[in-house]
Amino acid sequence: MTKAGTTLAAQASPPVVRLRRRRGIELALIVLAVLLSVYGYCAVGLARAGTVPPGAVGYGAGLGVLALCAHAAVRIRAPYADPLFLPIGVLLNGLGLVLIYRLDLETPGHETAPAQLVWSTLGVGLFIGVVLVLRDHRVLQRYAYVGVAVALGLLALPILFPPVNGARIWIRFAGFSIQPGEFAKVLLAVFFAAYLAANRNALAYTGRRLWLLQFPTGRVLGPIVTIWLLSVGVLVLERDLGTSLLFFALFVVLLYVATGRTGWIAVGLLLAVVGAAAVGRTEPHVHQRITDWLHPFATIEAGQGPNQLSQSLFAFAAGGVLGSGLGLGHSVLIGFAAKSDFILATAGEELGLAGLAAVILLYALLVERGYRAGLALREPFGRLLAVGLASILALQVFVIAGGVTGLIPLTGMAMPFLAQGGSSVVTNWVMVALLIRVSDSARHQYDGREAR
Amino acid sequence: MGRYIRHACAFCTLLLAALLANAARVQVVQSGVYDGNPYNRRAEIARYGRPRGDILVGGEPVTGSVDTGEQLRYERTYKNGPLYAPVTGFSSQSYGTTFLEHSGDGVLSGRDPMLSPLPLWQDVTRSASPAGNVVTTLNRAAQEAAYRGLAGRKGAVAAIEPTTGRVLVLVSSPSYDPGELSGNGEAVASAWARLNHDPEKPMLNRAVRQTYPPGSTFKVVTAAAALDAGVVTDVDARTGSPDPYRLPGTRTRLTNEADGCGDASLRSAFEWSCNTVFAKLGVDVGVKDMVATAEAFGFNDTRLRIPFWVARSTFDPRVDQAQLALSSIGQYNTRATPLQMAMVAAAVADRGQLRTPYLVERTTRRNGETVAGSGPHPVRQVMNPSTAERLRELMADVVREGTGTRAAIRGALVGGKTGTAQHGVGNSGVPYAWFVSWAQADDSLEPQVAVAVVVEDASANRGEISGGGDAAPIARDVMRAVLGR
Repeated sequence: MTKAGTTLAAQASPPVVRLRRRRGIELALIVLAVLLSVYGYCAVGLARAGTVPPGAVGYGAGLGVLALCAHAAVRIRAPYADPLFLPIGVLLNGLGLVLIYRLDLETPGHETAPAQLVWSTLGVGLFIGVVLVLRDHRVLQRYAYVGVAVALGLLALPILFPPVNGARIWIRFAGFSIQPGEFAKVLLAVFFAAYLAANRNALAYTGRRLWLLQFPTGRVLGPIVTIWLLSVGVLVLERDLGTSLLFFALFVVLLYVATGRTGWIAVGLLLAVVGAAAVGRTEPHVHQRITDWLHPFATIEAGQGPNQLSQSLFAFAAGGVLGSGLGLGHSVLIGFAAKSDFILATAGEELGLAGLAAVILLYALLVERGYRAGLALREPFGRLLAVGLASILALQVFVIAGGVTGLIPLTGMAMPFLAQGGSSVVTNWVMVALLIRVSDSARHQYDGREAR
Repeated sequence: MGRYIRHACAFCTLLLAALLANAARVQVVQSGVYDGNPYNRRAEIARYGRPRGDILVGGEPVTGSVDTGEQLRYERTYKNGPLYAPVTGFSSQSYGTTFLEHSGDGVLSGRDPMLSPLPLWQDVTRSASPAGNVVTTLNRAAQEAAYRGLAGRKGAVAAIEPTTGRVLVLVSSPSYDPGELSGNGEAVASAWARLNHDPEKPMLNRAVRQTYPPGSTFKVVTAAAALDAGVVTDVDARTGSPDPYRLPGTRTRLTNEADGCGDASLRSAFEWSCNTVFAKLGVDVGVKDMVATAEAFGFNDTRLRIPFWVARSTFDPRVDQAQLALSSIGQYNTRATPLQMAMVAAAVADRGQLRTPYLVERTTRRNGETVAGSGPHPVRQVMNPSTAERLRELMADVVREGTGTRAAIRGALVGGKTGTAQHGVGNSGVPYAWFVSWAQADDSLEPQVAVAVVVEDASANRGEISGGGDAAPIARDVMRAVLGR
């Protein structure tokens, strides 16, 4: 068929392209993800006690029912959504529960897997809620400023509470501890996306030119820089450097995508280096982290025994290529943060490089699908929102995984879905719900059956 | 905008690729360095993660393992710990291993590659072979008899089977319970401190790691040298030795405990343990031949392993005539472990042939399959067979009618030699009571046991200490246990 022919045909009558909804694939993958998680759960029990753990059926049923409910919600309200988001979320969450259960066995009396299962249920519940209630992601644009006000409030809240392990990022009440910074992440991504979508032309084409850089006017750039400075400032006060780094990188990436100005990346990198150097010099907590990163065995040489980072490196090394097998490693030697910050070390030790690579590739797939949804959308807010959410995932995985494997200085952040922590699991499910909503819109717009 | 989204996506991909590359560096390239770090506890956890193999005496384990449920999971337990401590040693999570626990550690901990029928396959499956066992040559009844005989007094007993070199008894007293040192807690640390500061030195393995002046028991060696060198051709001929004997080149006069030693024959001098006769004999034989004979018996040997090392017994080759005279009656610099003196008795009993002693019969897998046997042990002709025959007669006489009558056993031929060794500055210390002997049942073609007993017994009166009185009954009980009489 010639080009001319195609054009003619298209003009004559719009082709009715029926997109496959691919919900069957999603269901099959979800079943696979649940089975893999149950298999991991049983493997832990077999390795540790020689029997299938008594909770295996309940665990499998619980995870399965949650996943099926989520799937049903997607089928009803987001039938065109990318079929990979939900299964990957289920698999990562299931694997996280297995790893936490496995570490629980080493610390009797401090079981955290049941709580994590409750939080996961809550997270999936929120996921279903978002998918059902939020019919169009563009609605979020309207509430962007409300959202960012809430986000700043949430971020500022922990200052009123005592610090935990050197960082003021938790609030505790009635036996619960919540990390509001996690929720702020999503709200901030929405705000950035909304603001940049609305002002991207002004950002890109107005203002004065300085050397190679086109600076927008203060009126356009001002509000967003203020919001960003406020949030990062609060986080620095709270010593949550991982999250402040995340917000900074998110800001730079979205600014770049919105304006297409490479100069923003240069400015961002410059600011990051200057900021990191300044904070690294002045803040003892951060300085310690950087020292640990440069010399992971300094405490051993000083006769104080291995620190968490060297224990983490030992764990990864012990795993080798194929790993020791679930339940057979000794990553519990890392200490109190083995279930949260350092949960990846357990994956690295017991599943080996093979398993670790699989986990990282799952994240990569999640990120890539997010970007793909962003590319497919036609309106800027959705695009920026998808890019923002996917970037948060990628940056967070990089910062925490890079930290525990000694690639970059360690910052206390939660591995999405894997790590123990309620706020984190709930937030991640909301993020996946938003990605599903965006990807549904992205593909829906091409479906010829409905005019939109 | 699409272009910039692609760029951002490429950036994220780059970050995740960097993660993978770094993970490969840590888990593959650098893993050896991290695994080998002494502060990485994984090797230790793996080592104590499964029950340790057992040490067997007479087919029964004298050790065990208990699951503590701690990070270092299995701890060693001992049955009859003090009785077998000189053999088993201890296996401690805090202080390492000693004796058989140490020399057999590869098999006992399960790390010996020989334990696995298919080592390469096990590397693939990551399954660890269960720990193996160490089967000793000990004779349970004889070991118990020796320990009972010492009854807490300071001393040691060593016994071997002359025709094979199998070690039948290794007892050291006072002893300790190695089980006290198994774990890694507070109690273990205080037990360790207490045992190490105990003036009685309960952890000293007196049977193989302590040397004593052998005193008159060394006269067996001197007699062998004299007979082999032809200095004495007829054991009943007069030796022309004065009583007292003036040590050559000095004014020191050597005397005897017994009467009738002047110009005595070798037979009666041996029977009544005449110092004068043997001092002169040593001088007559000369340093060279005395050293050669002593070394043939195993003196001055630093390489003896049974399989743990045995302290070197000494016969000083750089001596003047007076020192040689004293050395020849087991004084001056002559020192011997109880095991060494048991070897002397064994060589006499078995036609002058000495077999290198060994304590481990074989090592086995969990199911009893042999991993490694003891293998052939070297045989050494220490003296002429005729010399050995003469000495057998002389030693038998000692038990029949001399100083060692208390070692006699009905229905068996027993040969022995008593000793009372002086020690300390100016012989101020309480003397050591020695007895070395061998036994052969009347219905047996070969000698079945050679034994050496030393009793330090610091608490007894000096006058009451004698090899015949204190040590001989212990030797007799050990020999009876071996002979089953």
